[in-house]
Amino acid sequence: MSALTITFAILFYLATACLVGFTARKIWIYAKTPAPLKIPITPAPTTRRGVAFRMLKELTIFESLFKSNKWTWLFGWLFHFGLLLVLLRHLRYFTDPVWAWVVFIQPFGKYATFMLLAGLAGLWGRRLLVDRVRYISAPSDHLMLLLLIAIGATGALMTFVKHTDIVALKSFFIGLMTFSWSAMPNDLILIVHLSLVILLMLIFPFSKLLHAPGIFFSPTLNQVDNPRERRHVAADWTTKIESSMKSTRAS
Amino acid sequence: MAVAEFDTPELKEYPVIPHLQKDVMAHSRPFEAKAELQEKLGFPGGLIDNWQQVAIEKMGELNKKYRSLQVYLDSCVKCGACTDKCHYYLGTSDPKNMPVARQDLYRKIYRRYFTISGKLFPKLVGAEDLTEEVLEDWYSYFHQCSQCRRCSVYCPYGIDTAEISMAAREVMDTVGKGQKYCNEIIGKAQTIGNNLGLPEPALVNTLEGLEEDVEEETGVKVRFPVDEKGAEVLLITPSADFFAEPHIDGLIGYAKVFHQAKISWTLSSFASEAANFGMFIGSYENMQKLALRIRQAAIDLGVKRIVFGECGHAWRVAYSFLNTLAGPFDFLDQNYPIPQHICEVTHGLIEEGKLTLDPSRNDDMVVTYHDSCNVARASRMGDKPGGQFEIPREIIKAVCNHYVDMPSHSIKEGTYCCGGGGGLLTDDLIELRVKGALPRMEALKSVVDEYGVTHMAAICAICKSQFSKVFPYYNFSMDQIISLHQLVSNAIVLQPEGNSSEGSDDESQVEAA
Repeated sequence: MSALTITFAILFYLATACLVGFTARKIWIYAKTPAPLKIPITPAPTTRRGVAFRMLKELTIFESLFKSNKWTWLFGWLFHFGLLLVLLRHLRYFTDPVWAWVVFIQPFGKYATFMLLAGLAGLWGRRLLVDRVRYISAPSDHLMLLLLIAIGATGALMTFVKHTDIVALKSFFIGLMTFSWSAMPNDLILIVHLSLVILLMLIFPFSKLLHAPGIFFSPTLNQVDNPRERRHVAADWTTKIESSMKSTRAS
Repeated sequence: MAVAEFDTPELKEYPVIPHLQKDVMAHSRPFEAKAELQEKLGFPGGLIDNWQQVAIEKMGELNKKYRSLQVYLDSCVKCGACTDKCHYYLGTSDPKNMPVARQDLYRKIYRRYFTISGKLFPKLVGAEDLTEEVLEDWYSYFHQCSQCRRCSVYCPYGIDTAEISMAAREVMDTVGKGQKYCNEIIGKAQTIGNNLGLPEPALVNTLEGLEEDVEEETGVKVRFPVDEKGAEVLLITPSADFFAEPHIDGLIGYAKVFHQAKISWTLSSFASEAANFGMFIGSYENMQKLALRIRQAAIDLGVKRIVFGECGHAWRVAYSFLNTLAGPFDFLDQNYPIPQHICEVTHGLIEEGKLTLDPSRNDDMVVTYHDSCNVARASRMGDKPGGQFEIPREIIKAVCNHYVDMPSHSIKEGTYCCGGGGGLLTDDLIELRVKGALPRMEALKSVVDEYGVTHMAAICAICKSQFSKVFPYYNFSMDQIISLHQLVSNAIVLQPEGNSSEGSDDESQVEAA
């Protein structure tokens, strides 16, 4: 077993544990933090089903962003849906035999890289060129885009220019998943690509990428507009205040 | 105090997104609350010695209390969707008035003390220590947010800057740096019962005067009852309705509606205020104390319904929060919404044909309607989403023959704040108020030029006060802002005393008129 294989095997286990563990911890925090008051942005749906539809629109067509700015919407959508297709295509490296639908999306997933890269380029262009967006950008905001672009570009290189030993790579990943390690191909582009992916996995739970779980917990989007019909009581700390206030009033 | 000289922004034909001018509004800051005002609300009298430590502890506490805050501090990706949506940014060009930049004043401190990335790599992720400079920035710019929620409509995650500015104000109050205007008002409302500090005898006196005025004008004795036990409706209305123009004309309108519909009603001298400034400073406790006064008044007077007058933030607290803060209201008549908006009452009566209206009495006006921010984006009327847009418009169209909407980006869910909401309606912030009104003024000017609009109706006490004040800066006259129920008041045809005619006779009289 080469040092390369051992290093990357360990790194992937660590990165996966970090990604899953710390993201789960954040989700736990979001879930247990109360939303004491009804604050949906109105007009808001008056039923749970309506809220599900609202969330679905936000998640799939980025409805609010569309209302806001067509360029940001276009680039953001290209990036996210390119990424989704690319990630789904990558399932073929983790499944044996490859699922039929993953085989089906293979060509779309391949070219979605360009969608992803075009979206990222557009977003970075706005970040650099629009004075308002430049003002609100921290170094990490630029580096995040650079990281994603580098991951996409090295991936595209391997898909379209210089193939890596994909059979060996697949057995490396299957080996990781079944705890029977096999060698990782010694290929510079691949090493860069995977290193950056590991970095992204490590950063995810500590960065703005938390918007992915966060949106599901956003009270302005996920609350039903029915405060008059149903009394909303969601937080222990408010009921404590209430009982202390009512007792003071009685005295 | 010398109020800084400033130029009123120029009204352009089309809205233009301004280029950044850093720190041009850094000097804008309201008066600080004196010790006496602070202590009344349970806050320290002045900036405490260990304020940094206490502020950071408070931030940690708020993260655990409000899911919105915790999620919004983590989730912003700095996409820039909100950057051109705030009326204060559009009116001032100060980048810290872009919603995301305003949030970042708070977020950078959150990152520094509560996130691993901010603890390890502050420069990289834009995290900063909580310094005196930061506190000064907070005081300035969190008092340049009217909590109108327009930015939130356009945020892909629904991040609401109002939630963050409320938290920031609560942290500042906790360390002894409160705002005079809000905290003075909350104190008055909690002790006297209304924001103006109008005691019961003065209130009774004012309303008696009003009764005489209306009788003189119409020949009909329309009542303005206070503390009448057993009335059906308790009316909770902003105290500005008792004396300010054009608010008072709205109050007359409510009274005429109740009179004609033969609904007995009363005001309460104990809870003579609809507006709840506790929300502006993010203080759940203070907000709840004010809400409980309303509950108490309703119990004491034995009413069956609670109706709210025209007031924007008040309607948010009433519609969205009252049931949580002071409910359950199982002692009220469950056949009516609890609470109900006066527009819902009037609209319902119009639909049932219980009001006799002559819209031609408003023929001297071409009217447009300003959706108040907190009615539009933080509440509802009626039983369908968007009722808060349709119901007021349907009322206006029923009482007025000439109605025009302002451009679509400036109304309904995209409406611009008047520039004075969220606890900023104070003379020490006049420059901010004038500049913040710019987007609304541009939208208004476009319909004035194109359709000859003469008046703008609103259903919020703050909007009405704000526009009466800033209209002259933009060459409108202050009486061009009117109460929605002022239009109703003009159009309603009252029966002279002793005339026992009902429904059908009313109609024939209108036709005869």
